[in-house]
Amino acid sequence: MTVEAACPLTARDYKSDYKPVWCPGCGDFSVLLAITKALAEVGRPPEEVAVVSGIGCSSRVPAYTNCYGFHGVHGRALPLATGLKLTRPDLLVLAAGGDGDGYSIGGNHFMHACRRNVDLTYVVMDNQVYGMTKGQPSPTTSPEWDSALVPGGTGLRPFHPLVIALAAGANFVARSFSGDPNGTAELIVEAIRHPGFSLIEVLSPCVTFRPEEREWAKQVHPAPVEPTDDRGRAARRVLTDDGFNIGVLYRGRRRPYQPPFGQAQVEVAEFEAEFLP
Amino acid sequence: MAEARQTEGRDTLTVAMIGSGGSGVMTAAEILIRAAARAGYYGLMTKSFGPQIRGGEAAAFVVLSTAPVEAPSDRVDLLFAIDWQNAGRFAGELPLDADSLVVSGQVDAELPSIVTDAAPRIAEVDLKSLTRSHKGTRPNMVALGVTAALAGLPRAAVATLIDERLAGKGEAAMQQGTAAIDLGYEEAAAMTGVDGLTAAGDDGERWIISGNQAAGFGALRGGVRFAAAYPITPATEILEWLAPRLQKAGGLLMQAEDELASINMIIGGSFGGAAVLTATSGPGLALMSESIGLAVAAEIPILVIDVMRGGPSTGIPTKSEQSDLNIAVHGLHGDAPHIVTAPMSIADCLFTAQWSTHLAESMQVPVIMLSDQSFGQALGVVEKPADVAFATRRLLAEEPAEDYLRYALTANGVSPMALPGTAGGQYTADGLEHSQSGLPSSMAADHNEQLEKRLHKVTAFDYGDHWARVEGGGDAAIVTWGSATGPVREALRRLDPGGERVRLIAIRLLSPAQPRQLAEALAGCERIMVVEQSQGAQFFGHLKAQFDLPAGADLFSRPGPQPFRPAEITAMLEEWLS
Repeated sequence: MTVEAACPLTARDYKSDYKPVWCPGCGDFSVLLAITKALAEVGRPPEEVAVVSGIGCSSRVPAYTNCYGFHGVHGRALPLATGLKLTRPDLLVLAAGGDGDGYSIGGNHFMHACRRNVDLTYVVMDNQVYGMTKGQPSPTTSPEWDSALVPGGTGLRPFHPLVIALAAGANFVARSFSGDPNGTAELIVEAIRHPGFSLIEVLSPCVTFRPEEREWAKQVHPAPVEPTDDRGRAARRVLTDDGFNIGVLYRGRRRPYQPPFGQAQVEVAEFEAEFLP
Repeated sequence: MAEARQTEGRDTLTVAMIGSGGSGVMTAAEILIRAAARAGYYGLMTKSFGPQIRGGEAAAFVVLSTAPVEAPSDRVDLLFAIDWQNAGRFAGELPLDADSLVVSGQVDAELPSIVTDAAPRIAEVDLKSLTRSHKGTRPNMVALGVTAALAGLPRAAVATLIDERLAGKGEAAMQQGTAAIDLGYEEAAAMTGVDGLTAAGDDGERWIISGNQAAGFGALRGGVRFAAAYPITPATEILEWLAPRLQKAGGLLMQAEDELASINMIIGGSFGGAAVLTATSGPGLALMSESIGLAVAAEIPILVIDVMRGGPSTGIPTKSEQSDLNIAVHGLHGDAPHIVTAPMSIADCLFTAQWSTHLAESMQVPVIMLSDQSFGQALGVVEKPADVAFATRRLLAEEPAEDYLRYALTANGVSPMALPGTAGGQYTADGLEHSQSGLPSSMAADHNEQLEKRLHKVTAFDYGDHWARVEGGGDAAIVTWGSATGPVREALRRLDPGGERVRLIAIRLLSPAQPRQLAEALAGCERIMVVEQSQGAQFFGHLKAQFDLPAGADLFSRPGPQPFRPAEITAMLEEWLS
């Protein structure tokens, strides 16, 4: 299944030649690098990896890898990834996208993917803004942030993805910062290796519409606590921390959801008998 | 023991059984139709319920015949009411007349006006005292005995079924069950007013199957192994039938959180190489539309079965209508060529689902199959359907060359698809317009090439004779589709038994349109009548716009929720042909 160490795979083996649409300085460049580094570390050949996404700046990531990819419609990366993984448990399936795609239009799928706990790794590049449509507030945007679409700010409390993920049943929860691609790659490796549904929330600045997010580099810090397998404790921590704790925040012990697929016990023709009167 | 009376007899008998919730009407009617099937008859059973989730009044309508049953009947020959609670709800569904026999399971009951207005013959069976004096017997089983006897069914066929059903409950239960049937046959011996069925011919094996089961089985035969869906009336039975059987067949059905998820789950599964389906009804199809367009653009084969119900919006979930044709054909944004098929009978749900899977896989395209409630939730006794094996499967790139292009331009528009796991085949499937490699492109040349490729593959495909069913000859033609076909066929059997005056053209492939084939089927016809069940004449409009339906064609169209009855079509055609 994997290529032996004679010629170890490197991040470059997972990178395509296709030039990203991202703005210079975008945090997503580093996340792409982290993903390819992580895949090289895990060592599954590119054709055994599928990167699945929805719509948005960060959702462009599949075509920038040399893996199989699916760039679907807005908000539906997780059901696409779920259908693929359930029927192809042999593949490494990674879903990726942004905060608008995953937490707003795809919010219901996010909850249910956590609850379902299929063995997927979900990398969310959270920049607290809709970048592709040029600067509207997302569910994680702070209430006072002013924009053309919502002048004066939304006045709404931001969505807290990590607490929602914990409450809904995600099996692995981590936070990272795009400015640290090596650290992010390590977290992605661990997420891939952890069974079940893993969420990595990557703080990934939008330098065009949220230039103030460059300051995140100074604000992030390693989580001052050890990862826990206690959901309540993890939830309390992420609810009360400053939002810049980096590292693994929760490692669960739920069994992944993977019903058997592909092992027929009967021939289809055997069902004919039930239609006899 | 009283045996069924074999009088002069009739070829077709329509029975209705009604009762309040828990009275066991449906169980009795299902045993009745199954016993008839064993005795060699054809049949059709439809159900009607009050709005309550549980415990509401229920009615079962069973048509039994020596010939295939194409449609609900015009009248009820025999009505058995276990009780009369809320029976008035079934006004409009219980066409009684002076020749009908109504058997009341209650003595001296006040009969509802839907009965008294029709002035039928009335008989009474005192179910209460009969079951009281025979310990362990149940009213619905006595009612079944009376009904089966009046229908002229052999007692043994009913008794054997009762034994089989109750075998798990012990000897005493089996004896009580057959005792109840015997009581019914004895009561019926004293009744007059309805002739039983003539003996059935012996013309081959019968199946008893609902349209929803048939659709599920057809898809399974076609190779479907992964389904994802969200429950919705009247499609849920497809899913509930499939779920355990997919497991046994090495597949899987996933209940999704909503229709947006279910359509995307199957797209994901198909991208990985599985043949897939989802089943839904109008509201779910509306939710899925965006992603069906994704499957068009990314060239992912999927089957979407829409079991149509009355619309718009929530509409009438438990009743039929042919009003999703427009959304199925035109509901995708952009120029999005895809396939729309429709079965024309309960048994044809099996063939059409199997064929639709074949079309989806062969052309790497979404297929929407428009079944409807009147097929899906009806139980038919039909000739054993043939197993048609289609050879063509998905074209795969198993050993992609160095310069592999996922969306390469080919003669027939279908490009070899690399499945994940295939080294050298990596590509990104995309809803964005793309070049042949799959990489996003907004260039006019790529857009035009890929649009043309996706259109060409569905228009150049050889659909053979399956695009429609053409029966009969003459210089007049009826063009119809779906559940309107059966009532039209029955009306023509009455008006034109030799099939010499009027052709019947039932279209199975609604999109892409086949104007040349329709023109050939209509050659020599001077008069054309289109029959459909929608307020907006959606099929008529589609035929005119896409099939080049000749000017001057006539239209008979009305909305649901009541099914077409043959008399309604017969009356219309008599006038039209005169």
